[in-house]
Amino acid sequence: MNHGSTWSDEKTERLIGNLLRAGVLASALIVLAGGVLYLVHEGRIHPDYGTFQGESAYLTSVNGVVSAALKLDSRGLMQLGLMLLVLTPIARVILAAYAFFREGDKTYVVVSLIVLAVLIYSLVGSG
Amino acid sequence: MNTLEFTLLVGLGSFLAGLLGALTGLGGGAVLVPLLALGFGVNIRYAMGASLVSVIATSSGAAAAYVREGYSNIRIGMFLEIATTIGALVGAYLATRISTPAIGTVFGLMLLYSAFVSGRNQPEHPVVRRPDPMAARLRMPGTYPTDEGPRSYNVASLASGFSLMFGAGTLSGLLGIGSGAVKVLALDQAMKLPFKVSTTTSNFMIGVTAAASAGIYLHRGFIAPGLAMPVMLGVLAGSLLGAKILLRARTQWLRRIFALVIIALGIQMIYKAFTGRL
Repeated sequence: MNHGSTWSDEKTERLIGNLLRAGVLASALIVLAGGVLYLVHEGRIHPDYGTFQGESAYLTSVNGVVSAALKLDSRGLMQLGLMLLVLTPIARVILAAYAFFREGDKTYVVVSLIVLAVLIYSLVGSG
Repeated sequence: MNTLEFTLLVGLGSFLAGLLGALTGLGGGAVLVPLLALGFGVNIRYAMGASLVSVIATSSGAAAAYVREGYSNIRIGMFLEIATTIGALVGAYLATRISTPAIGTVFGLMLLYSAFVSGRNQPEHPVVRRPDPMAARLRMPGTYPTDEGPRSYNVASLASGFSLMFGAGTLSGLLGIGSGAVKVLALDQAMKLPFKVSTTTSNFMIGVTAAASAGIYLHRGFIAPGLAMPVMLGVLAGSLLGAKILLRARTQWLRRIFALVIIALGIQMIYKAFTGRL
């Protein structure tokens, strides 16, 4: 948007906008589906979030969450939706890197890739 | 209270937080953690996990609209995200180490600061006396739409903006919030961006910053899906509705009331932290 003359700026804006909206919508629907299952199964139990024990191990890794969600485990599904939400801004950074590449703006391709590296480290490398 | 009742109440509270956050422009994230910790007796780390994912939802939801309108500056946002994401990693690691009362105290101070900032009057279009040559080399100056057509703006002190952004990222990771108040400080006080450009660019950056802490929060078990579910859905619905009615509402008095609520929550957080009841 700084340089309105280049073709890809407007297109990038539209793409980024749509991507963000679709990501949030999809994740909200998955969280909602998992939430309904969760309340049907566990709605009558008393919740306890008073002391911090850390979430069950299977819900703290990408692999664990995906395999639990595939078995239609309600917590796994909700966590999958939340993970998808976390991936939305990451996809946005990838898209921005691509757009800067198309514009031939090497500096900002590097900038975007640095940000991307930090995000990927957090998601897969920090465990 | 069983899980069904708990979920509905937390969902309703989060909805109101999201609605007020969007209407006042102060963000709902800051009040979520105190709401859960003080109101529902949720451990602060679970509260931070639920708050952080909700922050991503509202940022992405709102950014989708702002990006299209051409207010946010993607170059400035992306460049400063280097600082905020690295800061967020540092903050999230700190959050796994330092004590609950310490987190509570920092949180309370942050709330008081946000309320203080919300009372200031910002100029629509600040004057940049000395444009930063580094920012110009990085092609940061841009234009934004106004009633009289596109208006161009310059960028001051990139270095101080960058350092403030590192601090904003650290606070975001440490407290599970978007820390929009500090981001806006960096953009409009240090870098002298026009008000609309700084608020929308800040919002645009919040999601990416929060995503950088989210991985660590996930691995360390801060994100409890049963709790995060009503919080995220409630905040998202509330903030979307808030953004819709924002155009028609007069929000000045609402801002004042919400700022008072934030001050009260801040004082209570600090008090509970010091008396060991957090």
